Amino acid sequence: MNARKRGTATFILACLSPALILMAVFMVYPTLSIFAISLFRWGGYSKEREFVGFENYKILISDTRFWDSCRNSLFLIVTVTAVTLTLSLFCAYVLTGYDIKHKSFFRVVLYIPNILSTVVIAAIFSAIYDPSRGLLNSVIGFFKDGPPILWLGDRRLVIVSVAIAMVWQAVGYYMVMYMASMAQVPKSLYEAASLEGAGKARSFFSITLPSIRPTVRTTLTFFVISNINISFLLVRAMTGGGPDGASEVALSYMYRQAYTNSTYGYGMAIGCAIFIMSFALAAFVNLITRERN
Amino acid sequence: MTSEKLYKAFIYLILFLFALSVLIPVFWVITASIKENSEFYASPWTLPKGFNFENFTSAWREAEMGSYFLNSLTVTILSLVILLCTAIPCAYALSRFHFRLRRAVRALIMGGLFVNVSYIVVPIFLMLVGLNGIFDTTLFLNNKVVLSVVYAATALPFTVYLLSGYFESLSREYEEAAYVDGCSHFRTMVSIMVPLARPAVITVILFNSLSFWNEYIIALTLMTDDRAKTLPVGLMNLMKAQNAAAQYGRMYAGLVIVMIPTLVLYILLQKKLTEGMSVGGIKG
Repeated sequence: MNARKRGTATFILACLSPALILMAVFMVYPTLSIFAISLFRWGGYSKEREFVGFENYKILISDTRFWDSCRNSLFLIVTVTAVTLTLSLFCAYVLTGYDIKHKSFFRVVLYIPNILSTVVIAAIFSAIYDPSRGLLNSVIGFFKDGPPILWLGDRRLVIVSVAIAMVWQAVGYYMVMYMASMAQVPKSLYEAASLEGAGKARSFFSITLPSIRPTVRTTLTFFVISNINISFLLVRAMTGGGPDGASEVALSYMYRQAYTNSTYGYGMAIGCAIFIMSFALAAFVNLITRERN
Repeated sequence: MTSEKLYKAFIYLILFLFALSVLIPVFWVITASIKENSEFYASPWTLPKGFNFENFTSAWREAEMGSYFLNSLTVTILSLVILLCTAIPCAYALSRFHFRLRRAVRALIMGGLFVNVSYIVVPIFLMLVGLNGIFDTTLFLNNKVVLSVVYAATALPFTVYLLSGYFESLSREYEEAAYVDGCSHFRTMVSIMVPLARPAVITVILFNSLSFWNEYIIALTLMTDDRAKTLPVGLMNLMKAQNAAAQYGRMYAGLVIVMIPTLVLYILLQKKLTEGMSVGGIKG
């Protein structure tokens, strides 16, 4: 019996260790080293690491480009979340609650953007936004004349163009999630509501939304975290932060400092700051959406 | 009654417009990929005059998308193999055995779900640079095996989470029967339990092959050498070169080369994919 027990212990160890070693080396260590590196002056002009404590964070507080990039991130988090949430809830409700023909066709088509690489989405939208050969300006050209709109070249417009691409990318994914959640709502609730004369719109606000509230709440936290990440991946591939830093978002600024400019210490301080702020924001969202009892 | 019909027509119209907003861009880039260079000066809505395959040969050979395709394929397959060989035993041990550090290991995996690749990509790069220095080689960067290991490691938390959830739902009786027949733990896992968990394993393979194929920020950071690049990074090069070279069609051809395999996989297996999403909950 003892030999058998020892055999089991060996088996468990053999099963766990490959995965745990991989995670320790490529996830735990890099995560911890973000903070460690942020305490050093490293890269840029100085080849050697020099411990400087919280010096990088002091520089960060007065770095206006960093705060500009945070403002862009916040703008994207708020607008993309609001628009995506509305559109995906609408689509999910219409597809589950109404007797729609070709329901699966709509579901399959709207989910397509989610399987495309961020680079592919960036390339598609760069082509759509192209001032002279793009789809968007040619549609606008049907209705009015004038100089071509520089969707990705205008300092004020570029972040809106990024937001549109992000919404396009996200709607199908959240729609499928909300559809799964809405399918769990008992049919009898709707029947009772319709007997009492409630319309479809009324049913949505008094039955569907309260029933799927936990899912919506989870996805809200998720929107915050994933928007920070996806805005970086999209901006890096589509605009590179341009024109002149106008579309730089928090993480793309970190990547520029840490990788492109090789100022590792400062870059990791930015990463740390963004991580803490995004965590705080997610906690805040979680707090204000808490069920009041 | 008519107002209700009108209402429904309105809903169909909106859904239809949404569907078009996805389909038109996708079809448009596909048609643009077979246009000749001169056709790009006309309205973007014109259909291609003929089937011009030159963009593809130019992207495949001159822009080296062919060798990037091979790189992407190698990395995707290798990452999948490493991921499955590490994630399946880990998930199995976590869900079918009770041992002392089980809760700690579980907490580590769940914590990993919150670690975002975008934050740790530069530290991983620095670590590999450091390893190059220690062993006095250049082996750790521009290496497809290293890239695959990084991909597998970053996909581990989600994969183990999904698989262990499925393993837990299986009945204990299967294992007990296997032990009575004298099967070892390893035999039981490989020839009894893993086949039973096939639906979850397939979901895992589907999701991860898509995400490995599409991934670009790690590849961009770790594969600095031109020959070592993967397809999405190659597409980024094409995007940058597009206007300078006045070779408009080539970028679209590159785009289609990256996109088509995922689209085909999706169309063939879309039911499994969207179902798998509700099985696995939120993915990272």
